[in-house]
Amino acid sequence: MGGLIKSSVAKKFAMALSGLFLVLFLAQHFTINFTSVIAPDTFNELSHFMGTNFLVQAILQPVLIFGVCFHFIMGFVLEIHNRKARAISYVKYNGSANSSWMSRNMIYSGAVILAFLALHFYDFWVPELVHKYVQSHPEDPTRYYEETIAKFESPVRTGLYVISFIFLMLHLLHGFASSFQSVGWNNKYSKGIQGFTKAFAIIIPLGFIFIAVFHYINNL
Amino acid sequence: MKLTLKIWRQENANAKGKMVTYPIDGVEGDMSFLEMLDVLNEELINKGEEPVEFDHDCREGICGACSLQINGEPHGPDKLVTTCQLHMRSFKDGDTIVIEPFRAKAFPVVKDLIVDRGAFDRIQQAGGYVSVNTSGNTIDANSIPVNKHDADDSFAAATCIGCGACVAACKNASAMLFTSAKVSQYALLPQGQVEATERVQNMVRQMDLEGFGNCSNTGACEIECPKGISLENIARMNREYMSATSKG
Repeated sequence: MGGLIKSSVAKKFAMALSGLFLVLFLAQHFTINFTSVIAPDTFNELSHFMGTNFLVQAILQPVLIFGVCFHFIMGFVLEIHNRKARAISYVKYNGSANSSWMSRNMIYSGAVILAFLALHFYDFWVPELVHKYVQSHPEDPTRYYEETIAKFESPVRTGLYVISFIFLMLHLLHGFASSFQSVGWNNKYSKGIQGFTKAFAIIIPLGFIFIAVFHYINNL
Repeated sequence: MKLTLKIWRQENANAKGKMVTYPIDGVEGDMSFLEMLDVLNEELINKGEEPVEFDHDCREGICGACSLQINGEPHGPDKLVTTCQLHMRSFKDGDTIVIEPFRAKAFPVVKDLIVDRGAFDRIQQAGGYVSVNTSGNTIDANSIPVNKHDADDSFAAATCIGCGACVAACKNASAMLFTSAKVSQYALLPQGQVEATERVQNMVRQMDLEGFGNCSNTGACEIECPKGISLENIARMNREYMSATSKG
């Protein structure tokens, strides 16, 4: 078991699984967020469900937090190890001749997403915890929509969200397809999977950008 | 044509190396890259200077000995060729060419452009073989039917010449493409099944012990491999490894 934990293949396998889990979470998060554009009442209902349901709060939320922490920590651990594997750098290294910018800079796009998560938690998660557990307000299933769109009054915050989603797109463009390769899924279906992952990597972040900009414009 | 060569010079494994600039004239497009270096070395010897040390053997693209990082790419700008098959017609008059050894912690520089690729030998020794009793009752390999598709994939994996371009190209200095090719060539054949579980675990363990980096699926190794070894081999090795580990 100790050998498995230390193994480079197992680490990449675990990294890929955590990434795939986070992709599922992103799809779910986007679906709920999108209802804030087309049906505010539905958005309130779904948000209230996610914020009060026992299974979501007691099981899914801790699993998600673990998944996020694991993905980031493992990402930095692997990066440190990889840098040590080439102690002396090349004088000239033509990476663009054989690989995409996204694939070579996952650590940087990941770091931007990590910084975004800190902002996102500060904006939504921390106020939610304060509302529920510090101020102990009674349940109000209609408050979520107004609280959400109020955050997008600020052009700076909206701009930061847009920039972060662009980096999310760059991260997903390599990471989503790459996770299938890491778990050993490279076969006759790979072309189709690559097409699907690329479409997902572009559409979901663009959708998040649309939601943020939509609420910003609506607030004007 | 006239060229400017910037070459890594390093006296020995413990010395501190540096880039040294050499102008060279009279280079012809039909020369191979190694022949161009031969010309440079003749000039250096005639001037009483130390020639540039570089690895080479067959000069036919099959031994995997030549190992130069040329203008930031292993084996230079052309694809599916080794350095010995790279011709000077790929460059233009007046070009500056940067020539470095393959860089990886697991490939220490021996001298100038020569690196020690013994790490690959040790990975191979850890499991890249099929144990066969050769005491007189060996079964002819051709007597065991092999699916054509598997035979072709196995052969394609076996064309890896172990040059180390995959490691040199990878931003993480990962040896996954080499190791996976050596795992795959046996994993796809019935003869390789008997030792399959131990093979992949032992070879991956040795690869990690040598200090290579992790694969981050950039695909640079596949693009720069002079034999076009496919990334499918890495996926196969990952499957084989996780399956073998679950069996214990």
